[in-house]
Amino acid sequence: MAVTKGSDTSLAASVGLADEDLVAMYRLVALSRALDERMWILNRAGRIPFVISGQGHEGAQVGIAWPLQKGHDWIAPFYRSIATCLTFGMSPRDILTAQYATANDPSSGGRQMPGHYGSHEHNLVSVSSPVATQLLHAVGIALAAKIRKTGQVAMTTMGEGSSNQGDVHEGLNFAAIHKLPFIFVVENNGYAISVPLARQISVPNVADRAAGYGIPGIVVDGNDVLACYAASRDAVARARAGDGPTLIEAKVTRLTGHSSDDQQTKYRSEEELTEERKRDPVPAFRAQLHDAGVLTDVIEERLAAEIKVEVEEATDYAESQPDPDPATAMRYVFVEDVD
Amino acid sequence: MPARTFIDAIRETLADEMRRDESVIILGEDVGKKGGVFLATDGLWAEFGDERVIDTPLTESMIVGASIGAAVNGLRPIAEIQFADFIFPAFNQIVSEAARMRYRSNNGYGVPMVIRAPYGGGVHGALYHSQSVEAFFTHVPGLKVVVPSTPYDARGLLRSSIRNDDPVLFFEHKKMYRSVRGDVPDTDYTIPLGKAAVTHPGTQISVFAYGLMAHYALEAADRVAEEDISVEVVDLRTLRPLDNETVLESVRKTGKCLIVYEDNRFGGYGAEVAALVAEEAFDYLDGPVTRIAGPDVPGVPYNHVLEDWFMVSPEKIADAIRKLAAY
Repeated sequence: MAVTKGSDTSLAASVGLADEDLVAMYRLVALSRALDERMWILNRAGRIPFVISGQGHEGAQVGIAWPLQKGHDWIAPFYRSIATCLTFGMSPRDILTAQYATANDPSSGGRQMPGHYGSHEHNLVSVSSPVATQLLHAVGIALAAKIRKTGQVAMTTMGEGSSNQGDVHEGLNFAAIHKLPFIFVVENNGYAISVPLARQISVPNVADRAAGYGIPGIVVDGNDVLACYAASRDAVARARAGDGPTLIEAKVTRLTGHSSDDQQTKYRSEEELTEERKRDPVPAFRAQLHDAGVLTDVIEERLAAEIKVEVEEATDYAESQPDPDPATAMRYVFVEDVD
Repeated sequence: MPARTFIDAIRETLADEMRRDESVIILGEDVGKKGGVFLATDGLWAEFGDERVIDTPLTESMIVGASIGAAVNGLRPIAEIQFADFIFPAFNQIVSEAARMRYRSNNGYGVPMVIRAPYGGGVHGALYHSQSVEAFFTHVPGLKVVVPSTPYDARGLLRSSIRNDDPVLFFEHKKMYRSVRGDVPDTDYTIPLGKAAVTHPGTQISVFAYGLMAHYALEAADRVAEEDISVEVVDLRTLRPLDNETVLESVRKTGKCLIVYEDNRFGGYGAEVAALVAEEAFDYLDGPVTRIAGPDVPGVPYNHVLEDWFMVSPEKIADAIRKLAAY
């Protein structure tokens, strides 16, 4: 995070960031979208068998991950966390080798389905498929941080559908009792695959449940990147100060089906989808930065060109990488002796 | 060499390991001031404090799930599940998460964690305080499953489990906590995981058992010795990884195999031992591979007559030995 300088725009100053931060954040949002779109093209072209997407979530993910300290703090992400993982240090190559399940895919060496990201190098916990289990891992990471006095903050993120799992209750309760440096992020896109919010929760917001644990429950517009940033920044400060966990609910939109195997027009109307597309965080953030004078046409063209090259390069790279060798498939069930 | 009860050996080993390695912590229900419902952690809270001996809410999934996270971030948690019967809310965390973390991350992450749980019947615990749950977990690659039967083994195996870099389920038969005593040296010895022990050498029949049944098998061997039946008792000690070599070596010598386990018979752990022997020692067999196990009812009934009906006893084992010896 850069320090605001006198020359920064009032928009940047309003959240205590520098213009260059905002440009970097926009770059991540746009890069995530471009990678995500590439994944769908590769899927429809028959190059990769499966895609699970983060389109519509990118703004919230970048804003919320931004205040964490890379390589120090922790995130236990979920399957839509492409922008989260990029913000925390993974590269487009890392994301696309996961889609191709190559031998050198850093998330799993081609063992897991795409979308199950993870990186020990970047303190991103390996994603599994049973939802919400990762919340407890982040709580345990926060517990270890407190016991070891590392000053680390642990964040987990998931959809509102996952937030109904029992692990969420068990973990929030424990984190609140021990005032752990923990942040629970709910990216609420209104659907658990096909089930709408009204059939998922009985209160207006997932964040309303925070009251039951005596912790702050913050609702933010997930298409407002800087509002997400500010909510997360405050939660990180609380966590570092020893004041305990925060629940942040970002209201986002899901611009694609649940996955490449889902046809969402079966349960969402065309009208609804048209309306939702107006809540796309990418053009919204771009317009906001343009209006504030942070993004110019020149900068934007440069970024677009860079991103195009980066996505092409990562695609070519991932496509050219070898499959895992079946001779390695028995490895790492347990730790291997080094001597 | 001081004689200790089974539970003393466990408690002292926990304390030793916590003194030796400050990354070792304990989480569980009532493990703190009370020292656990069986007193396996008695005195540890006083010595190591709130941060290392943590009384949790009644949340088994959290106990295991948070232990996974703590392990990922540099600690070596020992999770206590108060009774093995209550481990099922944590099943997803154990099976989907702890067991698979290293494999699914291609060695990016490991989970150095021990889950201790008292198991077993014969203590008037009925359906929900008597279960043997090992077969649910021995099925899963990525988990190690240990069932000690003596104070000496409990100490050496618990040390190895805590120092191991992968998740270990450590099942302690609750009837043995105070009824079993044995010599335990004060040295820093370990017993490697995956090594069975021949606890009673013999020539005519191999009996494989673990936990309380390892004691009952020895009693049965003594009974039939008076009838000139020579039994070799092998205490498996670690169920996964199984010590195939010791099992096969014994059967190749005796030609007869009886497997004893307290769990329900169908699909129980003994079935795996039976399959191993049938596949790898067929040419040496001189009788049917035989199991004696708990009956296939959904739990140990409470009334003492019913409980006695359920439990495998030394006499039932001796009968099975006699039948097999007659082949």
